[in-house]
Amino acid sequence: MTTDSSTTPTAPAGTPAAAETAPAAPGDAAPDTQEASPGNDPRAARAAQVRRQRIRRRVLVNAVRVALLAIFIGLWQVMASTGAVDEFYTGKPSGICSKLWDWIRHGTSQGPLWDQVWVTLQETLLGFAVGVVLGVVLGIVLGRLRFLSDVLAPFIKTLNSIPRILLGSVFSIWFGLGISSKVTLAAVLVFFGVFFNAFQGAREVDRNLLANARILGAGNTRVTLHVVVPSALSWITTSLHVAFGFAITGAIVGELLGAQQGLGLLIFQAQANFDPNGVYAGLVITAVFALAAEGLITLLEKRLLRWQPRPQKSSGTTV
Amino acid sequence: MTKSFTTPQGGNHDVLRDINFSVEAGEFTAVVGPTGCGKSTTLSLISGMERPDTGEVLVDGQLVDGLTKDVGFVFQADAVFPWKTVIANVAAGPRFRGTPRKEALAEAADWLGRVGLTGFERYHPHQLSGGMRKRVALAQTMINRPRVLLMDEPFSGLDVQTRQIMSDELLSLWDVTRPSVVFVTHDLEEAISLADKVVVLTAGPATVKESFDIDLPRPRNPREIRHTAEFVKLHERIWESLRDEVQLAYRRTVSVTPEAVTPEAATAKTRD
Repeated sequence: MTTDSSTTPTAPAGTPAAAETAPAAPGDAAPDTQEASPGNDPRAARAAQVRRQRIRRRVLVNAVRVALLAIFIGLWQVMASTGAVDEFYTGKPSGICSKLWDWIRHGTSQGPLWDQVWVTLQETLLGFAVGVVLGVVLGIVLGRLRFLSDVLAPFIKTLNSIPRILLGSVFSIWFGLGISSKVTLAAVLVFFGVFFNAFQGAREVDRNLLANARILGAGNTRVTLHVVVPSALSWITTSLHVAFGFAITGAIVGELLGAQQGLGLLIFQAQANFDPNGVYAGLVITAVFALAAEGLITLLEKRLLRWQPRPQKSSGTTV
Repeated sequence: MTKSFTTPQGGNHDVLRDINFSVEAGEFTAVVGPTGCGKSTTLSLISGMERPDTGEVLVDGQLVDGLTKDVGFVFQADAVFPWKTVIANVAAGPRFRGTPRKEALAEAADWLGRVGLTGFERYHPHQLSGGMRKRVALAQTMINRPRVLLMDEPFSGLDVQTRQIMSDELLSLWDVTRPSVVFVTHDLEEAISLADKVVVLTAGPATVKESFDIDLPRPRNPREIRHTAEFVKLHERIWESLRDEVQLAYRRTVSVTPEAVTPEAATAKTRD
């Protein structure tokens, strides 16, 4: 089964094949030991110098980033204040800030801000969890059972080719204005992203590893658990980054289509009131928790894929 | 113990034709032949991973019909599990076969000692050198105490020095459990220095051309034995037999399609 429509598998960054190309001499095999203490040793001095350079570079990169952001926001503020751009459309940074502050202090038109964030967060996380679990399980199962995947291929392709965002309306009818219609939409969006990657990952397992496991005595279940799942993990974790974006999209779009609470509703109401600052404030909040989630997923990925070789960085970067 | 088979017709292309040889219990047999002649296919047939179209494989008088627990296989490419630590890799066989965790780990530690990897238990394969990974693979296979050990050019990815050290280690491991070995290689020196018997295959479709007994004394040092007069004499005799096949196979690869020149492509082709 191949995917020729909206969702296609993304190749993981560090494929297992790359693991074979990084042999180290026995002497080099020891994990990075701490650097020698700075002293008369010229190598230690050199290492310290390299480290100083690296720190300087990192500071510079961050400084330029902050500067860019400041320039952008400053320009926006000035242009909106002086009338160079129409504040009615663009809003302005100070307006967004005071809107956020207002929401934090006095709550929004449909209740305290935290309630809105919490509702959307719940929908996102539940949808994400359900979609990921279903996607991984079905992807691996279909990846292993050729007959089943051959039978189901046309159905999955058809489902995948529907613009899934439209299902939001269907779910609103089925489940009403509560949280479950948003969770379902988010889960469906997440599912397809994860499913195709898990499926592809299960199919791409090194044949030697499969043969080796079988000869060593593993039955089907053990082959799946010990070889297929770990091998597909790098594909799956790659898809999680995109999938979380889908989960937020599902939750927010679901709310736009009809809800009693949530960030999507907040944004929708601001839009209806021609309040650009409200719309942008909603976006800022969404971005903050999307970034937080991205960080958590990256941590998870590092933990799960510890066994993969890292791109060779010189030792001593970790403090 | 005897193994014998006759096998033609792998689809529309004969990989093996009427190939037939036997390996005594505890005997170390090396199979040499030109690139892509069907050596790997022969091993898959013995292991039970694939089945012959005609003929049969017998291990201990029993017809081979699928994988059995008596067979061990060391692959040409890295086949250790990259996500498992060294010790978990070695313990995998017993664990797959239902040995309790503690017991399996103790046994694995034992075997790691035998291949000189004590102290590397918690490492992941990518942190090891090619030779060390190969030793993990050996321990992983030998821990199951196979009675038939199949090896498919196991050391071909290693540099010359490491290769010779690995040959040494292989012989001493072999001495522990004394399985019957079928060792496929295209390196004639390696074959003679390790084996009791060298079987020369013809350029595909493969069949047994000649079989030579290697009556060099054991225990051997594969590195030093290469310089003895008996070794040189044997090498000459067997090379005489092998040369024609190698040349034939080479001529085919240059006159057929260009992509068949690499060994991988040639092997893949014959397998279809």
